[in-house]
Formats: sequence, structure tokens, C-alpha cells
Amino acid sequence: MSQTHHAEPAADAPLIIDVQGLTKSFGETKVVDGIDMQVAEGEIYGFLGPNGSGKTTTIRMLCGLLTPDAGAGTCLGHDIISDSAKIKLKVGYMTQRFSLYEDLSIRENLAFVASIYGLKKPKQAVRETLEKLGLETRANQLAGALSGGWKQRLALAAAIMHEPKLLLLDEPTAGVDPKARRDFWDEIHQLADNGLTVLVSTHYMDEAERCHKICYLAYGKLLARGTVNEVIRQSGLVTWLVSSNSQRQINRLARELADRSGVEMVAPFGATLHVSGANDNALEAAVAPWRGEAGLDWQKVEPTLEDVFIHMMQGASDNFG
Amino acid sequence: MTARFSFSRLAAMIRKEFIQMRRDRLTFAMMLGIPVMQLVLFGYAINSDPKHLPTALFAQDNSVFTRSIVKGMENSDYFDIVAKPETAAEADDLIRTGKVQFVLQIPADFSRELQRGARPKLLLDADATDPAATGNAVAGIQLLTAQVLNRDLEGPLASLRPAPDPVNLVIHRRYNAEGRTELNIVPGLIGVILTMTMIIFTALAMTREVERGTMENLLTMPVRPFEVMMGKILPYIIVGYIQAAVVLAAAYWLFDVPIAGSLGLLAFVLFFFVAANLAVGFTFSTLARNQLQAVQMTIFFFLPSILLSGFMFPFRGMPHWAQWLGEVLPLTHFLRIVRGILLKGNGISEIAPDLLALLAFLTVVSIVSLNRFRQTLD
Ligand SMILES: Nc1ncnc2c1ncn2[C@@H]1O[C@H](COP(=O)(O)OP(=O)(O)O)[C@@H](O)[C@H]1O
Ligand SMILES: [Mg+2]
Repeated sequence: MSQTHHAEPAADAPLIIDVQGLTKSFGETKVVDGIDMQVAEGEIYGFLGPNGSGKTTTIRMLCGLLTPDAGAGTCLGHDIISDSAKIKLKVGYMTQRFSLYEDLSIRENLAFVASIYGLKKPKQAVRETLEKLGLETRANQLAGALSGGWKQRLALAAAIMHEPKLLLLDEPTAGVDPKARRDFWDEIHQLADNGLTVLVSTHYMDEAERCHKICYLAYGKLLARGTVNEVIRQSGLVTWLVSSNSQRQINRLARELADRSGVEMVAPFGATLHVSGANDNALEAAVAPWRGEAGLDWQKVEPTLEDVFIHMMQGASDNFG
Repeated sequence: MTARFSFSRLAAMIRKEFIQMRRDRLTFAMMLGIPVMQLVLFGYAINSDPKHLPTALFAQDNSVFTRSIVKGMENSDYFDIVAKPETAAEADDLIRTGKVQFVLQIPADFSRELQRGARPKLLLDADATDPAATGNAVAGIQLLTAQVLNRDLEGPLASLRPAPDPVNLVIHRRYNAEGRTELNIVPGLIGVILTMTMIIFTALAMTREVERGTMENLLTMPVRPFEVMMGKILPYIIVGYIQAAVVLAAAYWLFDVPIAGSLGLLAFVLFFFVAANLAVGFTFSTLARNQLQAVQMTIFFFLPSILLSGFMFPFRGMPHWAQWLGEVLPLTHFLRIVRGILLKGNGISEIAPDLLALLAFLTVVSIVSLNRFRQTLD
């Protein structure tokens, strides 16, 4: 499932995002709870977590749209609390919900953004951006009439037109078809190769695997961070891959194993089954009675990122949910 | 945000607003539809001096005096005799069912009593549920009986004529000699229409940005609150001028409203009045969570504006507390100014106090709205 990794940023690259203890409450609930985050220049940083875990809120605090209740730090070297005006000039933010004007055409939207950022040659900037993202043929269509994929391209175009140093993308590929998603990620990598730093929130595992680093958020708390492999290793999760020629046998096994203590997760993938647990010995004991069953092939494998995330989410809901 | 005000950013906001305005058919229709509708409703339909009111004549006496009185009533334009009931019960029924506004009862011995000098009763029953509908007619008939009888009481009866007033009271109805309602209403309509449309357009324009999520994008860009506010307000000032021109043209050509004063002065005042209303709308938009709330707030402001400003009811007829409330509203001052300029030919010195009041209102509301405008989504 792993995609080609583009060049990793240099190890000693300066920190573009460096925040500690970010906290935000809405009413009684702490939506973001003491988050530390460091993102180096040129990195593509994946921001993962279930719905409502506080990703959007964190991103909004980074670019000055929300004021943190506690915590401090810098973004592009500027203080996120006192200097948000300077941050805004150098950040491109693609919101989760399409937030350009649906009753303006692609060209009109881009021209508006270009003038607001005070670009020197707005007409030329619009033309170049249209060209760069292949939007020329639809330049005069109203944004509201575009499909998800085209809207997303337009939003990306608007976010990068003023040549920001940091790109914040909030679930940019939700509701976009696989081909458009692939193209979008190629674009992101190209931008990162040119020195742009990207923070991207996503639900897709394949997208997470295309990031240089990821972090995982649940209930406003940061549960893991690092490269994909580091996150998998840190989780301490053990997974058995069970395969069989009989789909029936797999289905029955899934039912039987589901409630065993020591088994945390049973996930069928077609004719194979992922059986995972946090404690190696307990899992071993739990599956032992089925190990010798005819027709089943047992293999200890590295858990997938998805296994790890589901495991972390369950753990988090037991702790704070 | 970025340190300085920028004209190019403001121009971008304005350009965007105009494109959106042009594409929003409903808003566009409202811009023209509301003035036309209100002109027709208020200009043509509302009349505070109604004439030709249906009247029943319950005459139990038939003499030259009665005939003269009936004739005089019909000539006055206020009364149309539509029924001649035979009995008191029949007459009562007519007024109770609303078929007639008045019943004039002439008792059987009217002329005999009159000639005897016994001051006979002439009874006018009026359906006074709506005092405005009957007021002028009732005042009219008193004058009328005196005049009619003056003519008929001749020869030996001349001594019965009503005595002339010891004082010769001369009344000049200045600025509106014929007492035409339109002269009062139609110039005021400029203010009423602008109050309604200007507030609602800005209130909606801003809440729409919040509701559609475009505000989030706007706030991430380096645009200053003042630029956002001016970008929302300036396009509608132009719309306001167009609306005012439409109503003024209609006032002049359709309703024969005189233009006694300076149109340039009126245009000058309009700027501040329109801006004051737009600032109110902008303030509402920073308070409202959605477009429905914005509309509700507009109505909440609009109702006292038309009721307490002196547009619907005479300002001096209101209790003091209501007058104080009225003095706060921009429409109150604008009405005085616009009626003053158009009907009385007032100049800058006469309108100065009201213009200053408008300026004070505009300043206070602008400061409030700029302070309310959040640069974050907190
Ligand atoms: N402006 C707000 N007011 C109140 N609650 C909010 C607001 N924004 C977000 N929330 C709540 O905060 C939680 C986290 O939201 P969010 O940051 O959007 O999560 P995510 O982006 O990870 O899905 C959710 O429960 C959401 O309902
Ligand atoms: Mg979100």
C-alpha cells in the first residue's frame, strides 16, 4: 500500500510550526487539550484523527482564526497569539468546507484573492495560477457549479496564489474521486519539493502514508506522532494475519474471536483476517485454540496504520470518552 | 491585520459585492420591487382624508331645510347618501353591519322647531371605530349646516341665523394648501424605503458570508475590518441613491410633489442617512447568527422607525417618551429634512440640527459595529 516517498526534508531544517500546550474549549468541553506540534520546513505533515477530535480547531489556532485559551508558540517565526496578522500573509489555508464564493466564477474568485493579498500583478498571477492548476477551460464557470474535484483545485489555487510559506489543508480530498486525489497529492509533493511546508488533515490511510510525518489526535489529545513506521512501532500492537481458502471459515473465525479477552480487534479483509491486540502474550493465548485448525494459515505481521489508529481510538475512548 | 488601509483591497471588496449583487436575482428584484410596491401602497392606497363615505339619511321631516342640508352634504364630497331607512331600527342595522359610515337623523318636527327658534336636534351617528375615517367629515358637517341654514333662513327667520364669530379667524394651510396626504407621505417614503432596504441588504450581505462559510476564508486573508465594512456599505450607498431617485421622480411626476428646495442638498443629506442605515445593518450582521435572525432584527428596527418617526402618525401627537425614542431614530430626522427641503424649501441652516443628529447616530453606530466585528471565529 505504501506509495513512493519523495525526498525527505533535511534533518536540520528550521521549524515552521512550533507550538506547545495549545488548548481550546467551547463552553464546557475541551476540544483541544495541550497539543505540542513541531513541523520542519519542507515537511508534509499529516494530521489524523476521528471526526470531532479537534483537527480543524487546531489548524484555526495556528493561523489566527481562533485564540487559544492556553499554550504558546510560533508559526513561521511569528508568535501565534500576538502576530497573527503577519502569519496570515504567509499562510495559505484551504478550509474544510469550500469557502470561496459560489456565485463568482473561478477567475473572479482568483482575481479577488489576488487583489486582497495585494499581489503586484494580479492579472498575471491569476493567469499563471489558472494555467498551473489546469483551470483555464473552466475559468468562467461559477464556482458553485463545479464538481467536488474542481472545487478542490480552485480552493488549492486560491490558497497558493500568493506563494505562501506554509499551506494548511483541512481534509482537502474529502468527497473527491481517486484520480483527482492522486493528482492532488502529486501537486502537494511538488509544492513541498520547492520548499513549501504542508500541514494536511485527512481520514485516508493511503494519504497518511504519503506524508513525511504524521500525528494522531483523539478527543483533543495528541496520541502519537512521528513517521508512519515510528507510529506503528510505538503503538506496541501485535497483529496476526489469518488466511484461508474458505470465506465461510474466515467469517466464523471472526465471530468466534471477537469477544475473546486479549483480542482487541478482528478485521476481515476479504479472505484474510487481521487479529490484533496490545499484549503479545495475551493475544497468543487467546488465539491458541484455533492455531492448529485445518485450512487456516497464521502469520505474525506488522500491523497496518489503520489497525493502529482503530486501536488508539478505542484506547482513547476508554480513557476519555 | 496589515498595518494600513488599502484602496485596492477596498476596490476588490466592492467589485466582488457588485458581481454578487448582480447575480442575486431575488435581491435585485427587491431593490426595485420594494420602492415600487411601497410607492403604490402608500402613495395611492393610503389616504388620511377619505371622502365619499356611505351615509344613510333617516329623514322624518321633509322640508326645504332638510333638503338643503342633504344637498349641502352631498356637495361637500364627504358624504354619499346611499340609503334612506324608514325606521330607527333599520338605520341602526345599517351602521352596525358596516354598510354605512354615517346615519343622519332628521327628527319629525325639525323645521317647525327650527322656525320657532328652539334649536332642534340634528343627529349624526358616526361609526367612529376608525377615528381617522370620520374625523374630517364630522368637522365638515358642522361648518356645512351653519352655511346652508344661513342661506335658507331669510326674511323674518333671519334672526335665527347663527351669530358671526366675534373674531375673524384666518387660517393659512402653508406648504400643503389642499391638505393632500401624498405631499406628506411620498417624500417620507424615500426615508422609509431606504430604512427598510438598506438595513436588510447589509445585514444579509454579512450574515450570508458567515452562513456560507466564506467568512472563514475572508478572515484568513489580510483584509482589515474597516475595508470589509466599507466594501459592504459603499455599493449599497449607490443602490440607495438609485432608489431615492426613483421615488423622487415618482413624487415629482406622479404625485405632483413640489421640489421647493435644493436637490443637491437633499443628495448630500441622503449620503449620511443611507450610511447610518447601512451601519445599523452591518451591526445587526455582527450580532445575527443566520439570515433569519438578521431579517428579524431588521423588522425589530423598522417597526418603531415607521411608527415613531412621524411617518405614520403625527410626531407631536405622541407621548413624550415615544418622542424621545423617535428622536433617536435616523428616520425621524431624515423625514423632517426631506419634508423641509421638498415642501418648505429649507436650506442648510434650517436642517442643520437634524443633520447633526444623523451624523451623531452614524458615528456611534459605526464605532459599535467596528468594535463588534470579530477578526476571529471565537
Ligand atoms: N465554534 C465552535 N463552537 C462550539 N463547538 C465547536 C466549534 N467548533 C468546533 N466545535 C466542536 O469542537 C469539536 C472539535 O471540532 P473540530 O476541530 O472541527 O474537529 P475535527 O476537525 O477533528 O473534526 C467538535 O465536537 C465540534 O463540535
Ligand atoms: Mg474538521
